Amino acid sequence: MGLWWAVMKRSFRRHATYRGATLAGLFTNTIFGFIQAYVMLAIFSQRGDVGGFDRQDALTYVFVTQGFLMVINVFAGPGEISARVRSGDIVTDFYRPVDFQAYSLALDLGRAMFQALARGVPPFLVGALVFDLVAPSSPAMVAAFLLAAVLATVASFGFRFLVGLAAFWILDDRGPAQILGVAWMFFSGFILPINFFPGPLEAVARVLPFQVMLQVPVEIFLGKYTGAGLAGALALQVFWVVVLLGAGRVVLAAAMRKLVIQGG
Amino acid sequence: MVEAVRIYGHLAAARVRADWQYRTSFVLFTLGQALITFLDFAAIAVIFGRVDVIEGWSLAEVAFLYGAGGTAFGLADCFISAVERCSQRIKDGAFDRLLIRPLGPLLQLSAEEFAFRRFGKLAQAMTVFGIAMAAVDVDWTLGRVLMVPSMVLAGFAIFGAIFVITSSLAFWTVDTQEFANAFTYGGNFMTQYPLGIFAPWMRRLAMLTGVAFVNYVPALYVLGRDGERERFGLPAWTLFASPAVGLAAALIAVWVWRTAIRHYRSTGS
Repeated sequence: MGLWWAVMKRSFRRHATYRGATLAGLFTNTIFGFIQAYVMLAIFSQRGDVGGFDRQDALTYVFVTQGFLMVINVFAGPGEISARVRSGDIVTDFYRPVDFQAYSLALDLGRAMFQALARGVPPFLVGALVFDLVAPSSPAMVAAFLLAAVLATVASFGFRFLVGLAAFWILDDRGPAQILGVAWMFFSGFILPINFFPGPLEAVARVLPFQVMLQVPVEIFLGKYTGAGLAGALALQVFWVVVLLGAGRVVLAAAMRKLVIQGG
Repeated sequence: MVEAVRIYGHLAAARVRADWQYRTSFVLFTLGQALITFLDFAAIAVIFGRVDVIEGWSLAEVAFLYGAGGTAFGLADCFISAVERCSQRIKDGAFDRLLIRPLGPLLQLSAEEFAFRRFGKLAQAMTVFGIAMAAVDVDWTLGRVLMVPSMVLAGFAIFGAIFVITSSLAFWTVDTQEFANAFTYGGNFMTQYPLGIFAPWMRRLAMLTGVAFVNYVPALYVLGRDGERERFGLPAWTLFASPAVGLAAALIAVWVWRTAIRHYRSTGS
């Protein structure tokens, strides 16, 4: 445990180095938040409720989402691992006397923790200065949201890890990665909350893993789940975490066998 | 000028041939770009599944805005946006190489990193634009017909200028690429909706950066929304100001870029 904690701390510090980039990113997240917020206001000037969200929910959704983007790292895609496969650096990762998936997860959690503090909170605070936003109603709900945020990050890591390993089979994987990235952005609720979708499209989004990375934690933030519903939402996240991490292990084992053959 | 276009063509063609070596990835990447922007428009379609109008604009009218803005942005994205890579070049010292060649660095940068896949985005926006023009309820007078290509070209110049100006920042601070995104991608995002939905400070910012003149202001003319023009206190001549704004933006961009280059100090060794 001490090892993983040390890896996480160093990853946190590594990302904390880029202050200029962090500030620039914050500015951009906040601007996009405002643009989206006014689109929401235009919708809610026509009707009071869309898919169970009222105006305040929708505005809160926008700013929490902008803060969440960097935590789950939507834009990075599978970049880091596949780049290491292409360059061959991945071999040094396999030399290390630690489990590669767990090591990568520790690195990613360190990164996510920094992003959560530096880029997760400020857009919401700025949004709250201008608009009337919802905040979790009790300490228990805050705890549930934090747990959901951690699970979302791990699920997102599991997905990126899995896609990144594809580079073992397709050398230039940017094309497929981009298409998966698009599916991710749309079906996670990043472009619009998935409860705004027409029925059949929402049904598709609800069976895909992407919703547990963004839509579900933000809904928990908004207090849309209570009691058994909340437990169910968290259980769904755990389910996808297990599936994605498990699939990652299977594919990693196959990739390592392949690598040994090539290096033979 | 003709010579510059010819050289741009050669450099860009070389780049396309290089990308074409990875065929599957090339095709998937181009498709992916079209798909990304398609989902952009899907978001608007989803919104219109819930409401009939946005700020008094119908789906066809918003699609007209989207198509015009997207086409202008797509052109700038294809031919100019590679200038964003200058921050990478400055960091690794490769920018020096551009300076010792007998061709302007701006041209070299945007041609060398030319990416055919970006046509996916452009094709999608042009398709939406075409359908929207057929769908809007407009009496197509000669003036309105002529306004369409002129707003696209002006928009191309305005977005191109924004790409160049925000990239020039890299000569002073290398780590602020994301700051540029707020104006480039953020600007494109804003052009997808009628400007009236935004807060006054955002509308002023759109006027000041030229983004409002990419599509919203000329669209008021094409779609005959005079009432809206008066509501925002825009004089009638502003409807035709886009080409002038585009030209001014391009000139300012070239000036900023030249100033930035003069400021350049190599990373050395």
